[in-house]
Amino acid sequence: MKFAILVNEGPFNHQASDSAYQFAKAALEAGHAIFRVFFYYDGVHNANMLAEPPTDDRNVVKNWSTLAEDHKVDLVVCVAAALRRGIKNDNLAPGFRISGLGQLIEAGIQADRLVTFGD
Amino acid sequence: MSLLHTVAKSPFERDALSSCLDLSLPGAAILLYEDGVYGALKGGRFAERLAEAAKTRALYVLGPDLKARGLGEDRLIAGVTVVDYRGFVELAAKHQAVQAWC
Repeated sequence: MKFAILVNEGPFNHQASDSAYQFAKAALEAGHAIFRVFFYYDGVHNANMLAEPPTDDRNVVKNWSTLAEDHKVDLVVCVAAALRRGIKNDNLAPGFRISGLGQLIEAGIQADRLVTFGD
Repeated sequence: MSLLHTVAKSPFERDALSSCLDLSLPGAAILLYEDGVYGALKGGRFAERLAEAAKTRALYVLGPDLKARGLGEDRLIAGVTVVDYRGFVELAAKHQAVQAWC
């Protein structure tokens, strides 16, 4: 089955980024495909390459980049939400790309399920 | 058409669980995760409403989020099934769509 995931919160707001990441990992481990992960609102902070959490803390940004590299997951950041929050190609973490809201709509159409995390 | 409803926020913080219980249809599944797990605690303010909902809907709680909050499964009301992330994925796959109540 093809899943699409929508992340609406930053890695340090609540738990949405972690939940979305764990869900994505479990889906891949179960043999499902992730069509796309779309980062919207504060979710765009998940793509900030300049984020430097303490070394004994999980590194959410890096986790996404690794997931993208290992499983060729398409990580898309909403352009309007990103520019508002200072996320640009200059500081975009590996594996992410900046695009428009149409990518979320397309994910909703192409994937069998769209699962939303955070508000 | 049967939906999987997800509730991620504590019912003591927002109306997510309440809205979900009001608007979900019999036959639906409801998964409580993140702070949403507090809604399923025995003796809590939402225990009765959830027990009532459990008669017509399948109720689930995400085990890792329960554990992360220091809560044992013995603290949950009857009729709730504990699942892990793989179970969450299976529930999402099994139902026709996933409706998030934040």
